[in-house]
Parts: sequence; C-alpha cells; structure tokens
Amino acid sequence: MIFYTRIEFLGDAALLLRFGDGIDAAVNRRVHACAAALRAQAPNWLIDLTPAYACLGLHIHAARIGGEDTLGSARAWLAQWLERTPFDARVADSRTVEVPVVYGGDHGPDLAAVATHAGMTIDDAIARHTAAHYTVAMLGFAPGFPYLLGLDAALAMPRIDTPRARVAAGSVGIGGAQTGIYPQAGPGGWRLVGRTPLRLFDAGRDPPSLLQAGDRVRFVAIDAATFDAMDEHAQ
Amino acid sequence: MKIEILAPGMLTSVQDGARHCSRAFGVRVGGAADAFSWRIANLLVRNPSDAAVLEITLGGPMLRLHRAATVALCGAMIDAEADGIALPGWRPIALPAGCTLTLGACRRGARAYLAFDGGIDVPVVLGSRGTDLRGGFGGHEGRSLRAGDILPLGAPIASIAATTAPRIASWWIDAGSDLDFADAIVVRVLPGSDAMQPSDALHAQDYAIDAASDRQGLRLRGTALQLVDRRERMSEPVVPGTVQLPPDGQPIVLLADAQTVGGYPRIGHVITADMPLLAQRRAGQSLHFIPVDHREAARANAAQQARLARIAVAILDRQRRSLL
Repeated sequence: MIFYTRIEFLGDAALLLRFGDGIDAAVNRRVHACAAALRAQAPNWLIDLTPAYACLGLHIHAARIGGEDTLGSARAWLAQWLERTPFDARVADSRTVEVPVVYGGDHGPDLAAVATHAGMTIDDAIARHTAAHYTVAMLGFAPGFPYLLGLDAALAMPRIDTPRARVAAGSVGIGGAQTGIYPQAGPGGWRLVGRTPLRLFDAGRDPPSLLQAGDRVRFVAIDAATFDAMDEHAQ
Repeated sequence: MKIEILAPGMLTSVQDGARHCSRAFGVRVGGAADAFSWRIANLLVRNPSDAAVLEITLGGPMLRLHRAATVALCGAMIDAEADGIALPGWRPIALPAGCTLTLGACRRGARAYLAFDGGIDVPVVLGSRGTDLRGGFGGHEGRSLRAGDILPLGAPIASIAATTAPRIASWWIDAGSDLDFADAIVVRVLPGSDAMQPSDALHAQDYAIDAASDRQGLRLRGTALQLVDRRERMSEPVVPGTVQLPPDGQPIVLLADAQTVGGYPRIGHVITADMPLLAQRRAGQSLHFIPVDHREAARANAAQQARLARIAVAILDRQRRSLL
C-alpha cells in the first residue's frame, strides 16, 4: 500500500491527497511515485494531477462519476486504490538534468548580495550553488517554473522587498530556502544569482517543460560567451 | 474563411473549454471564464460544444467577416450592430460576407462570448485552443487581440443561405434565471482547509469587487478576515473557485486563470455551478457567500448540467425547423 496522511476535498471537483506537512525530500518522492502510479492506472473521471511539495491534487470530471456524493465516491475509490497499490519508489527515480548557468554580472545582479549575506566570496557562493544536488519538488507559479529542493542552507536569503517588474527568462533565483528558474520574462521577487541559456518552457514542445517534477538537477557554471552561443531565449 | 480585427476592444481573447492535461507542468486550466454562456453560444451556431469563441471583456471589438457566418452573442448584455442593424443576444444571426460587426460596451455583466459557426480555428496547444495570456501561448499568438489580427474560421457545420443583410432569428434562449447581473448577488461556497476566526466570518458580510480583478481572480474588499492559524503555508494546489486569504485579510476568489499552486490559506471554494456568476461580476458590484455542503454542491452542478442539456435540445428543435 501507499502510505498517506489524509484525503481532503478541494472544492467540488478535486481531491487533495496529503503525504505530510513540511518541505521534505522523502515526502516529496512519495508524491511523485504516487502520481506516476496513478497516471498509469487512472480511471476516466480522473482528468489531471497537480503534484506539489507534500500533497497531490486529483482533478475530477464530476459528471463521469455521477451520483449524489461525487467527491465521496472519488475519495472511496482513491482510499481503496492506495490500499492495494504497492509503493514503488523506483518510479520516482529519475534522470539528472544539467542546467548551464552564467553566474553574476547582468545575468545575476543579486549574486554579490547573496554572497555577502552568506559571509563568503562570490566564487565560494557559485561553488556552493553548483555543488548541490537538487530535486524538482514541483512545477508551478508559472508554466515550467521548477521549485527546487536542495539549496545549501548557507545560501538561503529572503526575497527582495519590492519585486522587480521584469526578470529575464532563464533567471536563476533564490527565494528563502528555495532556488528556482524563471521560465518566462515577467515580475519576480527572488534574488537573481545567474541565468541559464536553456528555454525551460515551450508550449509547442512535448513535453513542454524542460524539467519534470521529480527530476534531479545540477547547475554547471558557464561563461558569458558560452551563454551567448547557447542562448535559446533570443528570438 | 477569416475574420479581421479592426479594433480589439478592451481585452478580447480566443477561449474554449479548458486545458485539462498539463497542470503538472504548472500550466493553468484557463478557458472561458463564464463556461455556461460559452457553451450556449456554440450551441446556437451549431458548433461542437468545445469550439473556440471570442471572450470580450467590458468593451467590445470591431471586426470584419471575410465569409458569410452565423454568429451568436451570449453572456454579458453588450451593444452590438452589423451594418447599422442592432443585434440582440442569445440567438443565432446570419451575417453576409464583408459585413462589419461593431461591439460596444457591456451594459450588464463583464464578459460576452461571440461564437462563429465553424469556430475560431487557431491551433490546438496542449489540448486547447484557448489563450494562456500570462504564459503567452495558445489562442492567437498567445495574447489578447490587436487591430490587424486575422483569425481563421473553421468550416461551418451547416451551410447557410446566402444573405445580403443580417438576418436575426425570431427565437432566443432566456438565460435570465441562470445569469444574475444584479449589483448584489449570492454565491455558494464550500469550506476550505483553513479555519477563520470567528468560523463563519467569510459568510458574515458583503464584499465589494475591486477594480484590480482579472481572469486570474476577483479581488474582494470588506472587513479584513482573521485566520485561526497565521503561520506561513507552503504552496499547495488551488483550483478555479478557491477563495484565498492573503496577509491583508482581503479574500481573492480564483477564476479560470487560477495558478496551479498557491501559498495563501484557502478559506473556501465557490461551487462550479456559480463560477459563471463570478465571471460576470464588475468592479464596484458586490457579492455575498452562503455556505453549502458537498451534496448540495453536487446537486447544484448536476442541475446546471441538466439545464444545459435541456437548452441544447430546445435549440436543436428550433434549428430543425428553420435555417437559423
């Protein structure tokens, strides 16, 4: 069976399956293992899934279930399914994606502030950011935006007080204890330490997102000339 | 087989049902904010129920038809004319090729839906023709319409008799009991996962709709609400209808362009059947929440689906008897 803590209702067309409460890599792996197993065996009324840090949203086509107690029926099915489905963490064992990043300068205007806040040199801050093993806990906020677990605690720093009106696509940021990458240009409040030339989200690509929930990620430092040569954002 | 946008209106975009397959990538569901009106507009022009239409916000566009078309306007009550003839809503209208369609202000309600027979034939992106305005994809070039845009129309399902002037059907659908455009309305809400202090605080007052509202959410103004547990939350799934409470205590009700996950406490969820009412709210109007349980919500949603099915039968019956 797959262990979980609770099944909640999320409005009248979704369930929220909870595996824990905190930001925890082991709990997050259970979310992705369960999502993968559910995708393989989904009934026709289960139309979409939203994996998050410690819970999984299950979106339901109510008319395909029918009856007086639509969500109650869906919850009963889910509880039984969790009971009889063997937990297989290997389905969440995934690939490692290397993400090239040019650190500092115009591409990472907050790198110096992050290094100062951490009490280290800029080179040490880059070394710490590239040394860590990250996991994509979930995609959200914007299409293709990865919330990464695994940031070196020394690099954690609160968001900026007033979000920038425009953050360049591909910007790598630190927001509290998390690090992430902005797929599209737009407003943003995270501390920007660098920028990747890779395009994180392209609706015409299959899958549209470069990173998938559960992926492992390594950042690789590149120089500005390499960034320009690889730049997928310029169009 | 095209329409040409001469003036875009305030915010006009191509919308259809919803993008139900890509939330795991952070892609919002989107689609017509008032799905009830969208569906009837398609039925009136004999389209498949998931065809793409124009969603018009507050002020309408001016456009030219490059082929004869049957059109229908549903949702908000909007000023409309073609070649100088006023066009009423909620019924099919045959328009000649070359005709100019001018849509004015929404008099009541916030969003009108303009369907063309054959549908707006933009490419399907991630399972939908709808525009993701924030993501910048889908619809027409991933954005709201601008003057000069040319939109392709699909092949019409039924051939219409050549007409040189607008022909307006003598029958219509009365949606007066379905869409309440009154200044103050009541919407039904299910409990959220975050408790209030006092517990019925959400239902105890009227809320004004703030002007900063958009397709992502209605921002409400009232006496600030207090949570029992004020610790920060981590981001968790949210859905259209979710009522969030940011730190300022003023609720936000998420609409069709709800983000997939959010970190604000969830203090309620508006039932699916009442989402069209929310989509038609305008700044300065008000709403009041009344609590319902899940069985009542399921009953209300099933009743709305049954009502749509009855309307579909009535429209088919009319269409069998006349060309329009």
